[in-house]
Amino acid sequence: MGKIILNKVNKSFGATQVIPGIDLAIEDGEFVVFVGPSGCGKSTLLRLIAGLEDTTSGTIEIDGKDVTSAAPAKRGLAMVFQSYALYPHMTVKNNIAFPLKMAKTDPAIIEKKVTEAARVLNLTNYLERRPGQLSGGQRQRVAIGRAIVREPSAFLFDEPLSNLDAALRGTMRLEISELHHQLKTTMIYVTHDQVEAMTMADKIVVLNAGNIEQVGSPMDLYNRPANLFVAGFIGSPRMNFVTGEAAKPWNAPTVGIRPEHIRLSRESGTWKGVVGVAEHLGSDTFLHVHVDGVGTMTVRADGDFAGTHGDAVFLTPDENRIHRFDDKGLAIR
Amino acid sequence: MARAVSTRRTAVFTIAAWIVALIIFFPILYTIVTSFKSETEAIKGFNLIPSGTVESYAAVQAQSNYFKFFLNSVVISVGSTLLALALAIPAAWSMAFSPTRRTKDILMWMLSTKMMPAVAVLVPIYLIFRDTGLLDTRFGLTVMLTLINLPIVVWMLYTYFREIPGEILEAARMDGAGLLQEIVHVLTPMAVPGIASTLLLNIILAWNESFWTIRLTTTNAAPLTAFIASFSSPQGLFWAKLSAASTLAIAPILIMGWFSQKQLVRGLTFGAVK
Repeated sequence: MGKIILNKVNKSFGATQVIPGIDLAIEDGEFVVFVGPSGCGKSTLLRLIAGLEDTTSGTIEIDGKDVTSAAPAKRGLAMVFQSYALYPHMTVKNNIAFPLKMAKTDPAIIEKKVTEAARVLNLTNYLERRPGQLSGGQRQRVAIGRAIVREPSAFLFDEPLSNLDAALRGTMRLEISELHHQLKTTMIYVTHDQVEAMTMADKIVVLNAGNIEQVGSPMDLYNRPANLFVAGFIGSPRMNFVTGEAAKPWNAPTVGIRPEHIRLSRESGTWKGVVGVAEHLGSDTFLHVHVDGVGTMTVRADGDFAGTHGDAVFLTPDENRIHRFDDKGLAIR
Repeated sequence: MARAVSTRRTAVFTIAAWIVALIIFFPILYTIVTSFKSETEAIKGFNLIPSGTVESYAAVQAQSNYFKFFLNSVVISVGSTLLALALAIPAAWSMAFSPTRRTKDILMWMLSTKMMPAVAVLVPIYLIFRDTGLLDTRFGLTVMLTLINLPIVVWMLYTYFREIPGEILEAARMDGAGLLQEIVHVLTPMAVPGIASTLLLNIILAWNESFWTIRLTTTNAAPLTAFIASFSSPQGLFWAKLSAASTLAIAPILIMGWFSQKQLVRGLTFGAVK
C-alpha cells in the first residue's frame, strides 16, 4: 500500500514562504511526477513527504496514518537522491544491505534480498566494488537497489537522472518505468525535465512558485492545459503564443499553437514568414520562422523538409488544435 | 613545439621549487651539520662539512636528561591535541551540519583570537597559572596549548565536515539510521581522514609551541622547546651543543611528519584540492 494525502501542506523558511498550501492525493501504485522550473518548490515538497523537512502547517497522511511529525525512517518510504548519496566507504553490497542492517534483519534474509536486488539491477558483478569505482548509471542503480530492498510503501526520486549524460538518461528512464511495472509500488518522481514527466508519469503535478498549476495525465496536460504556464511548460518545443491583433480572429487576448499543429507550405497560408533558423534533427525539422506582426513561430516540419535560412514560407495553424487564454492567462474552454 | 615549451616550463618550475625548498630547509640542515662539529669548529665561521664528532650529543645528554623533556613534550602535545579534538569535533559538527545565521561570525571570532599577540595576555595568564597552582605542571600546559590551538582545530574540522555531502546523512536517516548509528556507521568512517590529518597537524603545532611552554614551565613540565632554550647562551659559546639539542628536539616530529606527509598534505589542502 502507498496512498499519500497532503492536506494544506505549507512550508516557510523564515519569512519566505516556499509552499503556500498544497492539497494533493496520490493513489496507491501511481507513478506521479512533480515537474516545474528550478525553485518552484518541487524538491521541497518531496522532502516534506520524506520527512527530511518539517511542515510549517498542514498534514501528511500515508496509508491513512498521519505521519506529519514522524521521523523519515518511520514513514516506510525510500528515497533516491540526485547525487545518489551512496556511502563511499562501503561496498555496493553493504550499501544495498545498509537499510536492512539498520532494521536488524536476519543476515540470511539480507543476503537473499541483496542478491535478488543485484540480479534485477544487473549489479551482481559489482557487489564487492565501492561506489567510486562505478559509472554514473551503475551508482544510480545501487541507489535504487538500496531503496528496493526496504520494500517501501512508496519510492521518492529527487531528480535522479540529472547527473547522467543524455543517452544514459534515456536508458535509465526506461529502467525506472519497467521497475514501476514490476513492483507496482507508488512512485513520486521530481524533475524539471518535461520529457521525463511526459514519458514516465501516470499523473503529472505541474508546480510553479510553490503552487500546483495543474494535475492530470500527460495527455490531459498536453491537450487541455489549464493556463499559460502549463501550456508553455508541457510540450517540446514549447507552444507558440500569439497576442494582440494577431490573436483577434480567435476572440482571445492570447492564443497558443503547438509547433506540430502548424501546417507549412511554400505556396499559401494564413501567415507569411521568413525562416530564421532551421534545426534538422533527421526525424523532424524545427523551423524558427519570423512572421511580421505575429513574432517568431516555431514550426515542426518533416525530417526531409529542405527549408533553410532566408526561405519564404506560409504557416497555417490547425483550427481544431488552438488553445485560447483569457487576460489572466487561464484557458478559455 | 607545444610539448617542448611545456617541458621547459615544467623544468623551470621544478628548479624553482627545489630552490625554494632548499632555502626553507637550509636552517634545519645547518643545525644538523653544526651538531656534528666541535665547539671550536662551530664558532669558526660558515662550513658545511663537519668533523663528524658526536661530543655535543654526549655533552647535551650529560648536562640534562633529554628523555624527561621528550616525555613532557609527548604528554603535552598529544594530551592537548586529544582534548582539543574532543571539544572541536562536536563544535565543528554542529556548525557544519546545523549552521545558523551566526555560524560564520562565530568561526571568524574564533579565528580572530589567533590574531592577538600572545604577549598581550602573558601577565594575566601567568598570574592565573600562579594563583591556581598550574605553573610548571603538565596539566596546565596541556590546557593552555588546547586553548591556543582550538580555533585552528575547529576550523580544519569544520572545513572537512562541510565536504561531507548532507544528502548522505539524509540517506542514512531515510535508511532507518538513528543519530548514534548515523555517527558510527556513516559519519565517522567518512570523517576519519580529516580527523587524522587535524590530529597530526595539531601535534606538530603543539610540539613546536615555544612562547607559552618556555614561560609557564621551569623544570617539572618543561618540554623540548625549553630543553633547547636551556642551551642558548648570550655569549654564543655553545653553538654545537645548542644545535645538538635542537636536532634532538625536532627529530621526533620530523620523523613523524615524514611518515605522515601524505595525510598532512591532504589535510592542509582539503577543500582547495579534491
